[in-house]
Amino acid sequence: MKSPTNKTTIIAAIIAVAIGVGTFVALIVLGLGGERGMGQPVDGGYFLQDAATPVMEDLTTVHNMVFYWISGITAFVMALMVYIMIRFREKANPVPSKTSHNTAIEVVWTIAPVLILLFIAVPSMQLLYFQDKLPETDMTIKAVGNTWNWSYTYPDLENIEEIISNPLDEVQAKAQGKPYLLGTDAQLVVPVDTNVKVLVTSINNMHSWTVPSFGIKMDAVPGIINETWFRATREGVFYGQCSEICGIKHYYMPIEVNVVSKAEYARWVANDGAFTSSVAQNNTLMGSGQTAAQK
Amino acid sequence: MVALPGENISAEPAGYHDDGKPKFFARWFYSTNHKDIGTLYLIFGIISGLIGGFLSFMMRMELADPGIQFFTNEHQYLVYVSMHGLIMIFFMVMPALIGGFGNWFVPIMVGAPDMAFPRMNNLSFWLLPTALICLLISFVVPGNANGNGFGGSWVMYPPLSTTGHPGPAFDFIIIGLLAAGFSSIFGAINFITTILNMRAPGMTMHKMPLFAWAVLVTAFLLLLALPVLAAALFMLFTDRIAGGTGFFDPARGGDPQMFQHLFWFFGHPEVYIMILPAFGIVSHIISTFSKKPIFGYLGMAYAMVAIGVVGFVVWAHHMYTVGMDVNLKAYFLAATLVIAVPTGVKIFSWLATMWGGSIRFTIPMQWALAFIFLFVVGGVTGVMLANAGVDAYLHDTYYVVAHFHYVLSMGAVFGIFAGFYYWFGKMFGVMYNKFLAAAHFWLFFIGVNVIFFPQHFLGLNGMPRRYVDYPEEFAIWNQVSSFGAYITLAGVVFFFLMLIEAFIVRRRVGDNYWGEGATTLEWTLSSPPPYHQFNVLPRIEDNAEH
Repeated sequence: MKSPTNKTTIIAAIIAVAIGVGTFVALIVLGLGGERGMGQPVDGGYFLQDAATPVMEDLTTVHNMVFYWISGITAFVMALMVYIMIRFREKANPVPSKTSHNTAIEVVWTIAPVLILLFIAVPSMQLLYFQDKLPETDMTIKAVGNTWNWSYTYPDLENIEEIISNPLDEVQAKAQGKPYLLGTDAQLVVPVDTNVKVLVTSINNMHSWTVPSFGIKMDAVPGIINETWFRATREGVFYGQCSEICGIKHYYMPIEVNVVSKAEYARWVANDGAFTSSVAQNNTLMGSGQTAAQK
Repeated sequence: MVALPGENISAEPAGYHDDGKPKFFARWFYSTNHKDIGTLYLIFGIISGLIGGFLSFMMRMELADPGIQFFTNEHQYLVYVSMHGLIMIFFMVMPALIGGFGNWFVPIMVGAPDMAFPRMNNLSFWLLPTALICLLISFVVPGNANGNGFGGSWVMYPPLSTTGHPGPAFDFIIIGLLAAGFSSIFGAINFITTILNMRAPGMTMHKMPLFAWAVLVTAFLLLLALPVLAAALFMLFTDRIAGGTGFFDPARGGDPQMFQHLFWFFGHPEVYIMILPAFGIVSHIISTFSKKPIFGYLGMAYAMVAIGVVGFVVWAHHMYTVGMDVNLKAYFLAATLVIAVPTGVKIFSWLATMWGGSIRFTIPMQWALAFIFLFVVGGVTGVMLANAGVDAYLHDTYYVVAHFHYVLSMGAVFGIFAGFYYWFGKMFGVMYNKFLAAAHFWLFFIGVNVIFFPQHFLGLNGMPRRYVDYPEEFAIWNQVSSFGAYITLAGVVFFFLMLIEAFIVRRRVGDNYWGEGATTLEWTLSSPPPYHQFNVLPRIEDNAEH
């Protein structure tokens, strides 16, 4: 025997499960399957830029893990709401129950989130400490924020002069084949597979030195020298943008890092900070406008 | 008038129905009546919302395409960004939720004739227009060499707010915010005193409606957080004077990060100040239209207390990238995740309240259901951002913008509209047109989602906040987001059509127009309530439900 209530329950459950599962699958497929920019954003992209350092690889892993959880929670709540809205609408359930307490379920919905948060917190802490702990570094660079450009110095190398990295305007950027608002007239040059310590500070307003593909964002604060590190595992050009409001040209002080082979870097240093061949320029072109999928 | 429990109508003194209502000017300008002041706050909130909304609409117009189209220079854009934040927070959400609904319904819900300090209530309100005028003046006085106004974002970090903006524009903002801060502190003292001392006989703390609980917790947050903001602003003020102090100036031994700690010690409780009253409103609406008492009442009340307490010890998760010690970051990571637990309790309790209920999808219920779902979306991205490691990528990107607009632009604002439609008949004695109200809801609901969901994508793809121009890779989702702003604007038009129509047609409503689910004390009064209610205090019986 089937009462109308049972029928409503079944229909509501089917619709709710369908919507819940559909939402979860859609979120995961769209959220994790998108095209990823390498060293720069990709057109219309909706995912993290691709990783070029171990830190960013771990960051992506933690992000994806948390993303599974939060997609699941969102889909679960959505399904539950849909079920309740169909099953307990006035027409289907004219007489409301009077239940207003259930200790068991209240304990469950307090403990369950705690467990989920523990699952999230452990890898998250590992990432945090990995990001922070400076490994034995092979070289140091110093990035100084100014209104409105970045300057880089190599404290270990006496023959490399300070690099003042100004943004390219739209015409110059097009001429040099670099993306507008990301490309600069002078890159920071570092070797691949090398632990680089970055010292970040500012001489006036606050700025933030950011390279998304490296998983780095470090505020440049006047009077304070902040420290972070990266180990680029791929060659190419990687772009970032200032990420702390610093005045009118906040949007116009990009960061451009050229990661070259160790041999090329040695030649660059020996040549007092100038490229001997056009390899680096090709490198520039390779790095820009390409996505991970194309590589 | 319906007889209240324990009230004997025939024993009322003569002249009970003579409200002693003052004439127009005295009533609205010297007002000490909590309901009149509540109405003033709501009108003020609507006006500020229009100003703040206009600013955001201009920003979305600008960002619809790469390049700089509408603004004369980048400074003007940053001014709009900064003022949008300040006006929406201090002059729209807070006045509407706390000043508006708090004044209107907290005294009635706890069975009190008025607020504890009616004159101070008047002062609280009138400080706000004064403050708003200061902020508006700052638009037209010099900020720095680039033009008028202050373009240092609502966070006001030095040195951008000191040496970066030497002009008087920022001084006007400091004065305005100090005035708004005092307004909120006075209001908080008033609410705490009213709730703790003026509850009707039998209205114990554990029988108090959840909205009153929410406002009580909010008032404590205001009382503890706003003096810190006031101190920080005053330190900025003296720092800005040539030859003045150097609290935040590294050249004189100061520390710019110190300001960030002070600001966020206020700033994080501030986000709960904005959302807790909305929690309270939504609880009432869910209960009313499910025809069920709220599920797990005590858990709901103490979840808000827990959110308030923990909300004070998580502030530096706004500062993961400033170069803090890693152990400190680990602490703030853990503490921030903890907030998800009481928040989860609230979400599940709302769902459990509906479970087994007899749900009517009225206009306020639609807003409340949308609130729950959108708050979940905003909440889970908060869990993502709490992870300090991942935040190194997402900090100060549009992901953060999407996150906090989901909890504020869709959380707090949906709570405001839910409360507005729930109590509209009670406050004004007339019912709105359901079609216009539904059109407002659906256009708003679709509009804000179209605005803010794509901003997650922009953030993940790496677009930083507070950018007037951006690489063309971000163009598509910015265009979609701006399109959402047009839909939302259409929703706002319907909101005003609804208001105009309701006051022209004047469909009268009864005392309890929502029926059996509405059980709090305001539903025992006429609509609108008498100018002075509870000449004889209501008596709450032991078995009274929430």
